Amino acid sequence: MAIDPGALFTIVLMALATYATRAGGLWLASRFDLSERAGAWLDQIPGAILVSPVAPTILMGGPVEVLAALAVVIVSLRTGSRPAAMVTGVGTVLALRAMEANLL
Amino acid sequence: MPEKNISGTEERVTFTLAGALAGARRCVPIAISGCGIGLVFGTLAGQAGLGAGEAALMSALVFSGAAQFVVLGLWAAPMPVATIVLATLVVGLRHLLMGAALGRVFSKLSRLKAYGSVFFMADENWALTMGEFAKGRRDAAFLVGGGLLMFLAWTGSTFAGSAFGGVVEDPSRWGSTLLSQLCFWLSSRGCGRGDPTSFPGRWRPR
Repeated sequence: MAIDPGALFTIVLMALATYATRAGGLWLASRFDLSERAGAWLDQIPGAILVSPVAPTILMGGPVEVLAALAVVIVSLRTGSRPAAMVTGVGTVLALRAMEANLL
Repeated sequence: MPEKNISGTEERVTFTLAGALAGARRCVPIAISGCGIGLVFGTLAGQAGLGAGEAALMSALVFSGAAQFVVLGLWAAPMPVATIVLATLVVGLRHLLMGAALGRVFSKLSRLKAYGSVFFMADENWALTMGEFAKGRRDAAFLVGGGLLMFLAWTGSTFAGSAFGGVVEDPSRWGSTLLSQLCFWLSSRGCGRGDPTSFPGRWRPR
């Protein structure tokens, strides 16, 4: 459980860097009075950011993940039920992995 | 300058315990899947040469899975401190946009509350909070409640994974990565059953 001073130093700098990015956005927003246009632009950010961490997981994962994601989108749009969509997604991954393992 | 909503009335921003509890409740599935990722991070951190105390401290102070996983690949002796900090900064840049998006509501809080709250801003609880705001429920503590739960899950599971590493071989084989992403994505959707405008990308308050 000993903490190396060099590691501690690096971790503290990492913490400061991350917090600076977290606080920086707030600070920028408070600094400038947003125009209607900039506000509308900010309203679109959640959609873009939400897709960005999900897309690599799906696309880098291979065909299993892509098919599971498609199944999730379909169930989600059809039923509007999140639990149903999640169960479908994980179920599809497990089923396709099992098929994959049997075929190879 | 008070912000006006569509109907022209002023919108109040609150910061209540009830809001924090609501945020924590909504983040329960995310925190559970976050535990799986934290166990993996702790295990990998151990392999990269971090002690359990160091790994847990990193999770507590940095609280950013994306940055921490990237840094593990750089962790070596002699420590490339500048590279590590720069990588952390680059991975964290998305927070600027996220914080700016919160800013329009958070600017109505005291500085202490606003700048204290954003420490707990992670992708998931931020997205849920934006969804709440879009529905007109403007309780800023929602972000902190969810973030605090995720913080405890992330830090605790990092320590556990680091101290008892090697127990979970590869949770992503069980679809846990996909599950956590889905929890995040689906739970962040706006309301409205079967309403295509509620899909991520259209967040205009109705």
